Amino acid sequence: MITVAPQVNNADANTKLDLANLSPEQTALEIKDLDLYYGDKQALSKINMLIPKGQVTAFIGPSGCGKSTLLRCINRMNDLVDTCRIEGEINLQGQNIYDKSVDVAALRRNVGMVFQRPNPFPKSIYENVVYGLRLQGIKDKRKLDEVVERSLRGAALWDEVKDRLHDSAFGLSGGQQQRLVIARSIAIEPEVLLLDEPTSALDPISTLVIEELINDLKDKYTVVIVTHNMQQAARVSDQTAFMYMGELIEYSDTNTLFTTPTKKKTEDYITGRYG
Amino acid sequence: MVRQWFKSGSPWIWMTGGAVSISLISVIGLLAMIAWKGLSFFWPTEVVQFELEGSVAKQTVIGEIYDREMVPKERLVAAGYDLSDYQDEYVERLLVKTGNREFVELDFRWILTTDIQSQSAPEEMAVFERSKNGNFYGYVVRVIEDGQVVSQNPVARLEELVERAVDLNEEALDLQNGDIGHINYELERLRLKERGYQLDNELTAEIKADLEAQRAQLREDYKVFEKRLFELRGDAKRDYVVVRDMRGEEVTLPLYQVLDVWFPNNMGFFAKVGHYFSQTGKFISDDPREANTEGGVFPAIFGTVFMVMLMAVIVTPFGVIAAIYLHEYAAKNAVTKMIRIAVINLAGVPSIVYGVFGLGFFVYMLGGSIDQLFYPEAAPSPVFGTPGVIWSALTLAILTLPVVIVSTEEGLSRIPSSVRHGSLALGATKAETLWRIIVPMASPAIMTGLILAVARAAGEVAPLMLVGVVKMAPTLPLDGNFPYIHLDRKFMHLGFHIYDVGFQSPNVEAARPLVYATAFLLVTVIIALNITAIGIRNHLREKFRALEH
Repeated sequence: MITVAPQVNNADANTKLDLANLSPEQTALEIKDLDLYYGDKQALSKINMLIPKGQVTAFIGPSGCGKSTLLRCINRMNDLVDTCRIEGEINLQGQNIYDKSVDVAALRRNVGMVFQRPNPFPKSIYENVVYGLRLQGIKDKRKLDEVVERSLRGAALWDEVKDRLHDSAFGLSGGQQQRLVIARSIAIEPEVLLLDEPTSALDPISTLVIEELINDLKDKYTVVIVTHNMQQAARVSDQTAFMYMGELIEYSDTNTLFTTPTKKKTEDYITGRYG
Repeated sequence: MVRQWFKSGSPWIWMTGGAVSISLISVIGLLAMIAWKGLSFFWPTEVVQFELEGSVAKQTVIGEIYDREMVPKERLVAAGYDLSDYQDEYVERLLVKTGNREFVELDFRWILTTDIQSQSAPEEMAVFERSKNGNFYGYVVRVIEDGQVVSQNPVARLEELVERAVDLNEEALDLQNGDIGHINYELERLRLKERGYQLDNELTAEIKADLEAQRAQLREDYKVFEKRLFELRGDAKRDYVVVRDMRGEEVTLPLYQVLDVWFPNNMGFFAKVGHYFSQTGKFISDDPREANTEGGVFPAIFGTVFMVMLMAVIVTPFGVIAAIYLHEYAAKNAVTKMIRIAVINLAGVPSIVYGVFGLGFFVYMLGGSIDQLFYPEAAPSPVFGTPGVIWSALTLAILTLPVVIVSTEEGLSRIPSSVRHGSLALGATKAETLWRIIVPMASPAIMTGLILAVARAAGEVAPLMLVGVVKMAPTLPLDGNFPYIHLDRKFMHLGFHIYDVGFQSPNVEAARPLVYATAFLLVTVIIALNITAIGIRNHLREKFRALEH
């Protein structure tokens, strides 16, 4: 048996939360009896979880386990898939986001998302950051400048790009592009930030920078991250959810999940039996 | 051995390479031939004086050698020529442009080399380019300036006087087309205005008096301009030149009809080059004369470019919007597939069919309705209910629509979905994502569609003959009279000009080089339009380049 002993983010050990019984003030998202089908195939079944506010929650699991699908449910990106059908509820601030009255665009302003590959727009760095604000009709130059500086500082990119804000975003390296995308997302000040394997297309050094950034982000945002890299989950997250075949197998604080998993499948996965 | 060679694959390389070479040679050969035949026309060729005797009566022929060919002797004998003392089987004959159209039966004639007793190229031989009846060849006998014979250096003075007459004529023409044309235009507008009031039963005495006053003012202005025009014309008619032609007779040419005079046999190389460029410039910038067989083709160049640009302005938004619907909004089912196939097939419909459709739908239905609704005062003469440049542009826009739709759709499908999702995840709606991100990124593909559309439209002639092109348009679709752009006007087109000059002209031999020159010009215009569009596209591509990871 190969034992992987991931280094666990111990700083949060003393603020251990009771994940099954979070108070409404502590809860950012409540996922309730969520089923998801692609055509006839069920991709998620009966997911129930509470995601705490101002913390980093990681979804781990083998490929095809549904962790990315679950993440995309949170800002309704699955709506873009024609054959996708969803049952159950996800509550954000007490409001079911799958309710008919919900404005999807407004929801996505509240729940930002960063994708696997950096996807800057074919515009300048500055225009990339203010894209979301321009959509909201904000034209005040001072306000925009301010947001650009704040967002780029927030994404730890300001010092590298402050002299070339009006150059094309394509001139940046992959890691810088990914941080630009994060800056773009936090420019509109969402409640929740979803990160879908944000470092899988990056080199180790860029990965490290992004991981440090995630740690800073949780002061202001609730972060949900999907990763296939267990070390990464252990390094950056406070809570970890292990998923397998569309089911939530185990969900607890990261320290517990990686040191004393209660389920056999979790133990098999984190010790490298499969995945 | 052969099997080995076959297996090695080199026959394929030879075959594919050969196909490319043949295409390349055809294209270059075509361009080279048109360019040579068209552009050599403007070179000042030697004017030769032939002394003939033999199968024809003794006579002198003066002219430019246009062409030469070998004819079987029997054919000439059968045609009635007496060639009994000639031995060879073939006889060479020359096609000579003799000009002087009003004094000889044909300004082109074949002469047999066997008849030529002697030939020379006298230095004092003059060529007169005239505004009527084509070129005149002969010797300058004397120059008459204001009734007096010029005694000192008449040839140099002649050139000055020709220039003077040309300038006066130009001034008169400017006056006629500019100020006088403007007055006529305004008078016509007043007439229509009055008619309009009449139809609405609003023509009060007050309005009538007001219109009459305006009209009187215009007539007053007209008289001033008219006087000036007659002065200019009279002034231009002052001088004459007396020329001895090939019959040996003296002919008086009024200088106001002479556009240019040159002495080709006395020109150095650089003088010839200068003359060549000035003639080429005139061809590009002048109006046509003499049933299009002489003069320039400027209105046709202008009409072609104007119509194509108008078409581009119409077809681009239409095509792009249709493509966006098909690609982004339409459900992906059999109906959409059918529509797409139908659109692609539209590109295969013969262009004359579009012409017929344009005439029936745009000109008669749409144009007729516009006339009834908005121009009742102009009846019975149509404004939009007759072929015009707007209908031509619309017809060609429909013709080229499939090309734009197909390339735009291809461009839309090439945009990575990650960029779409990125925009949507920031709270953009689908429409916002489309207009802010997707369409700009598809712009190089849209430009590709436009390039193909322009290439197709600029070369299309057949449908235009039904919906707006004419042999001779008196006015351009763009001028100084309000509203400046006249989309209802008919226009001239280089493609139709080629057909008209080549096949409808009364003087086939004179027209032939012009056909080549115009064809070369048409190709040049299309290439220029395409290069512009390709330049824009490459610029856009550069802008959106790095997204292909």
